[in-house]
Amino acid sequence: MLNFLVRRVLAVVPVLLVVSLVVFLILRLAPGDPAAVIAGNSATNADIEQIRAALNLDRPLPVQYGLWLADVVRGDLGYSYFLNLPVTTLVEQRVEPTLALALGTLVFAVLLAVPLGTLAAWRMGGWLDRALSVLSVAGFSVPVFVVGYVLIYFFAMQLDWLPVQGYRSFAESSLWDWARQLLMPWFALGIIYIALIARVTRASVSEALTEDYIRTARAKGLGESAVLLRHALANAAVPIVTVIGIGVALLIGGVVVTETVFAIPGLGSFTVDAVLNRDFPVIQGLVLLFAVCYVVVNLLIDLSYLVLDPRIRY
Amino acid sequence: MRRRNLVSLVAAVGLAASMLATPSMADDKRVLRVVPHSNLSVLDPIWTTAYITRNYGYMVYDTLFSEDSKGRIRPQMVDTYTSTADLKTWRFKLRPGLKFHDGAKVTSTDVVASIKRWGAKDAFGGVLMANVDSFDTPTEDHFVIKLKSPSGIVVDALGKVSSNVPFIMPARLANTPANEQVKEAIGSGPYKFVADEFVSGSKVVFEKFADYTPRTEAADGLAGGKVVNFDRVEWVIIKDAETAVNALRAGEVDMIEQLPFEKYYSVKKMDGIKVEDYSPAGLQYILRFNHTLPPFDNVKVRQAAMMALTQAAFIKIQVGVPELGRLCRSMYPCGTAYADENTGYFTGKAQIKKARALLKESGYDGTPIVLMRPTDLSVIAKIPLVAEQQLKQAGFNVKLEQMDWASLVARRAKKDPIGQGGWNIFLTAWNAADIASPLTMAMFNVKAEGKGWFGWQENAEIESLKQKFAATTDMGEKKNIASTIQKIAFDTASHAPLGQYRSPAALRDNVVGLLQTAGPPVFWNMQKK
Repeated sequence: MLNFLVRRVLAVVPVLLVVSLVVFLILRLAPGDPAAVIAGNSATNADIEQIRAALNLDRPLPVQYGLWLADVVRGDLGYSYFLNLPVTTLVEQRVEPTLALALGTLVFAVLLAVPLGTLAAWRMGGWLDRALSVLSVAGFSVPVFVVGYVLIYFFAMQLDWLPVQGYRSFAESSLWDWARQLLMPWFALGIIYIALIARVTRASVSEALTEDYIRTARAKGLGESAVLLRHALANAAVPIVTVIGIGVALLIGGVVVTETVFAIPGLGSFTVDAVLNRDFPVIQGLVLLFAVCYVVVNLLIDLSYLVLDPRIRY
Repeated sequence: MRRRNLVSLVAAVGLAASMLATPSMADDKRVLRVVPHSNLSVLDPIWTTAYITRNYGYMVYDTLFSEDSKGRIRPQMVDTYTSTADLKTWRFKLRPGLKFHDGAKVTSTDVVASIKRWGAKDAFGGVLMANVDSFDTPTEDHFVIKLKSPSGIVVDALGKVSSNVPFIMPARLANTPANEQVKEAIGSGPYKFVADEFVSGSKVVFEKFADYTPRTEAADGLAGGKVVNFDRVEWVIIKDAETAVNALRAGEVDMIEQLPFEKYYSVKKMDGIKVEDYSPAGLQYILRFNHTLPPFDNVKVRQAAMMALTQAAFIKIQVGVPELGRLCRSMYPCGTAYADENTGYFTGKAQIKKARALLKESGYDGTPIVLMRPTDLSVIAKIPLVAEQQLKQAGFNVKLEQMDWASLVARRAKKDPIGQGGWNIFLTAWNAADIASPLTMAMFNVKAEGKGWFGWQENAEIESLKQKFAATTDMGEKKNIASTIQKIAFDTASHAPLGQYRSPAALRDNVVGLLQTAGPPVFWNMQKK
């Protein structure tokens, strides 16, 4: 177990190195120049060259990468070309809204999707199962921004129950006000996630329900709820947890759109701004951060298998 | 017990409903919430020419001179000024009571340092600085500019309206090299920048500067008294137009600085919302050639292209709202001082037969021309498509290359041949104030050795006429010179003006006092009823 952990943590290092190198090269070799964006419409070539020199963009690529990597090793992700502030400070400013959005969506989606998927498997072919199939298809098909606009139209414009946009931090608002501003974003972002988890839960639980141990459990006189929760769902947990982990990547992508529709100042919209402006240090820092998150989530999922399925050993 | 539970449930539902119905933001008449036209990233208005940073500059910094609504340059921080008869020595006295946001007095040393930094960066500033013999600061309140040769542009330059604006900063900041960003946002303008609350991409907060002393004259354009009626102005960054309009309707914001064209008609019909213009001269679309690469290194090919263009199509397709567009053949925007629609062969309407004939005469061999289109900049994303169509009709072989704006601005700086990433044509939009004078128009930066603006036209005659323009104070002569420069520009097919448009603001009905300026929206003089 410890061996496994050490191996996995060590394996993260080359992964991050490759990610950082690939991102660095893509940014430098792709079209676009932050100096030209900064210089603006009236600039001349001389103005752009001056800015390039000031940002060290005129130095050879290996030197630029080496300088950046040396800083990263020291925990310094560099400075934003535009905002003239450390990337770490900028990430700190924006991490709370994104965490609130992503984790809230995750909890919301799991709490809704797992029971729905389990019930649909239990009553396969019934109205709940058919309704869930329709909702799942709709959840996969309707883009996040459409769901967002529809929610805004009803709950903010017509009913005036919820705010259209914005985010106030947990520290500067009451629990209710904080949650109120996130209800629509959670739902909008959660729909596709609910569809995904519910479908996988349904498939896994329905497969488990055909197993011999379920028949044995029923023969022993166990109630249906105990059969479903203790035997079917518990045995179906591994694929469900796996898809939740895979869905984190989906969540990172969805956060970008959701933050834009609801004007939430998180890491998603910040990433888009950085890409459009070619703010290289910010993009590199954020991609590294997302990569670390993804690796950690997958590690946690691998570890959760030990709990969910005692047959698994590392 | 059961009844008690029921009462608790009713109370909880009532409380939840009341909380749901509570407006998301207090209706505070002392706070103005504005959705700006873009996100604020750079806090140094000399380091970048971005309009959003210019607008931020007008909040935080003050200017020596300002332009009123009729285009006249008026003293702002300057109290009085004189020049000698030979126009070589200019003396200025600062208004009493000017203070920076850190409490320090504004002195002539700060002013001179600020002018020098601006002059090192800005093209118009560069023209002025090239003629400056010396600066002098005889007292804290006086400064003197001595010129090498007579010039009538000193006040015009110091009163420049748009990027880069000669904002006044403390000398300790103004001494920062022009190609480095200043580290603090300290000005002497009517609002203070609240750095602690700034989150780029989300919110920019300004507080009223209590020690600001407005001029006694009524506000007029960017000139006159900057009387602030709000304790705070918050710029709320909302990138999505639909969400911004919904936030305005719900009262979460008070103003959208630039209403997207596609929202114009629907917002105009909304109850409690009004649409107002703050920049009547608006902006102008232009098409720029690369003068250094074939086929547009040939003047006849450029002229043929200009003859192929119909302004009305650009306005109709990109703007789509007839009342917001304006056809104008002049390179100086119509509605500004030097506008002149005596434009010779360029009629702003396609003359396809003539264009085809001239193209044939030019010897154009059908080489594909690279026309760059920025797909992510909605205000100009459609005009390259119109240009493509019109140029094809005249016989050009057009290769449309689509990219984002950041790629376009990087590529337009490349002087390489087409095969190595070069380009032939791009289109952009200019705030009228930026191109209202031969000295500020980037397209007339036609210095030798490729030191001019992108497209790198070189024309010694225009550069010489700009010097003459700078030297005279006679308005009639200035107009004549400006028209002569424009004639040369049309003869040499420098670039094509494609028509003008306005981007009005949308405001809630209770917001009054929005000033009309030559470009930037300003938030003094306004109030909420």
